[in-house]
Amino acid sequence: MENNKKFLRTLLAAAVTTTLCSQALADNAEPIKVGVMLPFSGIYAALGDAGRNGLKLALQEHADDLHGRQIEFIEMDTEAKPEKAPEIASSLLDQHHSDFIIGPVHSGVAMGMIKVLKDKDTIMIIPNAGANAATGPLCAPNIFRTSFSMWQPSYPMGRVALDSAYKRVVTMSWNYGAGRESLEAFEEAFTAGGGKIVKQIMVPFPKTEFQSYLSEIGSINPDAVFVFFAGGGAVKFVKDYDALGLKGKIPLLGSGFLTEGTTSAQGPSAEGIRTTLHYADGLDNEVNTKFRQDYRQMFGKEADIYAVQGYDAGLLIAKAVDKLGGDISDRAALIKAMESTKLLSPRGEVSFSKAHNPIQNIYLREVVDGVNKVMDVPAAKLEDPARGCKL
Amino acid sequence: MTTSLFFVQLINGLQYGLLLFLIASGLTLVFGVMGILNLAHGSMYMVGAYLAWYFVQQTDSFTLSALISAIIALLIGIVVERTLIQRLYRRNHLDQVLLTIGMIFVFNALQSILWGNDPLGVQVPEAMSAAIPLTEVVEYPVYRIFVALVCVAIAAVMYFMINRTRLGMLIRAGESNREMVECLGIDISRLYTIVFAIGVMLAAVAGVIAAPMSSIVPGMGEHVLIACFVVVVIGGMGSIKGAFIGALLVGLVDTFASVLLPQLSSMMIYILMAFILLIKPQGLFSS
Repeated sequence: MENNKKFLRTLLAAAVTTTLCSQALADNAEPIKVGVMLPFSGIYAALGDAGRNGLKLALQEHADDLHGRQIEFIEMDTEAKPEKAPEIASSLLDQHHSDFIIGPVHSGVAMGMIKVLKDKDTIMIIPNAGANAATGPLCAPNIFRTSFSMWQPSYPMGRVALDSAYKRVVTMSWNYGAGRESLEAFEEAFTAGGGKIVKQIMVPFPKTEFQSYLSEIGSINPDAVFVFFAGGGAVKFVKDYDALGLKGKIPLLGSGFLTEGTTSAQGPSAEGIRTTLHYADGLDNEVNTKFRQDYRQMFGKEADIYAVQGYDAGLLIAKAVDKLGGDISDRAALIKAMESTKLLSPRGEVSFSKAHNPIQNIYLREVVDGVNKVMDVPAAKLEDPARGCKL
Repeated sequence: MTTSLFFVQLINGLQYGLLLFLIASGLTLVFGVMGILNLAHGSMYMVGAYLAWYFVQQTDSFTLSALISAIIALLIGIVVERTLIQRLYRRNHLDQVLLTIGMIFVFNALQSILWGNDPLGVQVPEAMSAAIPLTEVVEYPVYRIFVALVCVAIAAVMYFMINRTRLGMLIRAGESNREMVECLGIDISRLYTIVFAIGVMLAAVAGVIAAPMSSIVPGMGEHVLIACFVVVVIGGMGSIKGAFIGALLVGLVDTFASVLLPQLSSMMIYILMAFILLIKPQGLFSS
């Protein structure tokens, strides 16, 4: 009787242990932890949603590249508030031990994240925030960006303005890092060719009452206006510009965000606006066509630049994991693998500079029937100068 | 600044101020009569804008959409007052703040679920899409003039209602002495429901008529709430006349400061508020 009981107990213990061990062996390794720090509420929520959608689409499509490893997503809402960044980034790093941390949208949040994550045991991939500093003075081996630097999309527009024989231009944006850097890049190229910025209008962020500024532009009557606005502000600015009668009389140029994800809300007011950006929904290549189709099917809405950048972050992870055969424990090797990756992105071929910023084409787009059509490529394989980066 | 530019900026400031009045009037009315500070007031402005967008999509008619949205807002006001606000009358200000802030979160979540987070837009109705040329470059949209006129009309209706009707008399009496009105046999709880519903509807109507000139995004309610508070504090809590004058002041100061003092422009309306409070701590027309 006693021996029977002991035997049964041993048998049970053996069975449980074997099951547990075989489970662990079958998993091959732990899942790859991907922390996602994006705004899922507030004014930038649409951008956060798009980035996350793109990321998940890429990792789903390229699941084979992961050599059997699963992805575990840990999503946290930044609400686009810089003050939340350090706490959320620390949590993803120390509490969840994320291998990759994807984020953010807002440049202020990016600065907070970089302070916490720089040179730590995780890879930070920025799928939007364009602050020049992230691949400039604050660059680090473990920080990558699959989006752009504020300088990149705006700089080529300076050349375009000169080629259109504009001599006097008014620039306008919100008075924050992204706005200032965007206008500076345009000014750099435009004034180098002899153009003059007759007035720079900085609107307190996030004010969207533009009437007074637009009336002032009307009275200055420049050859053209160059602006940086995104999201809801871009919608209102374009509509107000048209309503006040400036459209058609004073050409409106912008960094591409003016017409990204906003054309349906802007309606006919957006027609004819020329912008420069590293993507256009009307871009005619195989990868983009398939991407837009898949995105539309999976999420029921049109993809935009924020989705593309999230998608490329996912592609970068998949390609790097593939190169290393699924083992990302050696961070130095992982970084090398990422640095040498060339992405076949919906926006065209993308490689990475020494500062880990994308080297990419900048397209000149014009809104035709609510879609950004590519008119020209004013800058091919443009590399951000990465001023101040020591990599 | 040239004369024509000054004239244009003057119109801009007045039109912005009038819209602010429309939004703020509901807030100050509710506070004056019921003593409730409804922090979710900005959310009703947002609800009005989103409803306007939704019904324009469904019916393709801005007028019809505006009417339906106003009625829905009235109903929301009645329901919210009966279920939630009624519990606040005997409680302290902190409880009011907590409940109404909670309502903001609920409204924001509902907006995200029902209509998503993408920026939305409503086109100006065909009939009013013309513009009046002011200078050789600038023309003034007829729709903005329409909005300004609607605000003035509503202000006039409110003035008439408060000073010349029985309901207005009850409102004024309720503002000065709640308990006495109750003692005189007036059904004060019905009065409160009506006042709250009107207050909420005013904010929603402002959201509806402003929709073609604004961009409909998450968080638009909180944005407008802050300007609203400045207007109400300057004008005097509870005073509709004060809200009118305060709103025009804020509209004009904000507009002219943005072009004359751009570095200070983000602070100007608060500097104005501080200045007025120094001279008149209860606001311009305290009730």
